[in-house]
Amino acid sequence: MIADIANYISTHSAQLGTQITAHIGISLFALIVAVVIGVPCGYFASKSAKSEALVTAPFEILRVVPSLAVLILLIPIMGTGVKPAVTALTILAIPPVLLNTSVGFRSIPEFMVESARGIGMTEREMLFKVRIPGALPMMLAGIRTALVEIVASTTLAAKIGGGGLGEIIFTGLGLNRTDMLVLGGLLVAALSLLSGVVFDVITRRLLRYKYV
Amino acid sequence: MIEYIRKHPEKVLGALTEHIELVLITLVISLAIACLLTLLAMRSERVSDALNNLFSVLYSVPSLALFALLIPVTGLGRTTAVIVLTLYNQYILLRSFTAGLRDVDPAVCEAAKGIGMTDMQILTKIRVPLARRAIFAGIRLAVVSTIGIGTIAASINAGGLGTLLFEGLRTINTPKILWGSVLSALLAVSINKLLKMVENRL
Repeated sequence: MIADIANYISTHSAQLGTQITAHIGISLFALIVAVVIGVPCGYFASKSAKSEALVTAPFEILRVVPSLAVLILLIPIMGTGVKPAVTALTILAIPPVLLNTSVGFRSIPEFMVESARGIGMTEREMLFKVRIPGALPMMLAGIRTALVEIVASTTLAAKIGGGGLGEIIFTGLGLNRTDMLVLGGLLVAALSLLSGVVFDVITRRLLRYKYV
Repeated sequence: MIEYIRKHPEKVLGALTEHIELVLITLVISLAIACLLTLLAMRSERVSDALNNLFSVLYSVPSLALFALLIPVTGLGRTTAVIVLTLYNQYILLRSFTAGLRDVDPAVCEAAKGIGMTDMQILTKIRVPLARRAIFAGIRLAVVSTIGIGTIAASINAGGLGTLLFEGLRTINTPKILWGSVLSALLAVSINKLLKMVENRL
């Protein structure tokens, strides 16, 4: 079987390259969009109990809905291809980012904000120097959850024409080719673990004060 | 959509019952294994950390990849699906079980020790009853995640609601896709609500 896999890699190296880059590209794009939408929404949700109930309730439900259902449900609406895949992945990634951001902003101790006001910070300064750094650890934890979910769901997105490494697995299932299944499985697993490690390194950089 | 369920009620209901069966089988096996592992993890911090790391790595491997990797070993079908789903559940269950049990007020455990309870008695008579909410919350999360990942298991012939999704996709049968997604979403959301209600009663 190892010979089969090596053979497959040597004959399909160009294709593998595009699949890997497509997988990373789609995942990153969806993650960035989810952060751009999720973080501000999470911030507004943290402002008051009312806005929180309004914003978080639908996303709590969305978080429970199976990812495959979201992916495939978009086909009657948007057809197949990269566009519906990215849309579905973004929808799936928003809840962890949004909910964690909201919790992060609310978990900042009141005395910190008070003392920032006491030393004469303006609202804007307080936002950038106290609130955002304070909420960052929770926010990053949410973004990490979203990242792992996106990398996993991008594999499924191959089914709706999103490209990526899921193609190898689904083709392997269709052709009953064990070598393709194992290769696809290993690549997806490696990519998922690697993205987690890379994100942890970035987190450590950003939160350097925690690891001194 | 209405027409589809009129024509094929047994297909939709069959997929739904298959799905629930899959979730129940997985739940029973996962709970049995998780209880054993929790007992082990409660004995020493090191075992607990090792188990946690192992399952967190497994948990971040996408389900489709795990299915693909297990097919050469256990073949297509429900067995492979149950194994993968059980592995994922261990991460959720073990974490919430050990966190809940450890979170119990040490003063209460001291008092129990003081009146002569053994470690096992402290676990079953003090820690478990006091941690029941955390334990139940873990079970709820595990069930909901099994319902979700269970849909993907249809890609390896394990049946369930995912069958409607994949078949509908292949034949571009919109009502079938809608039934598959609506039912799996509804199942997950309603079970989550139901278990949350039970949890609040505890």
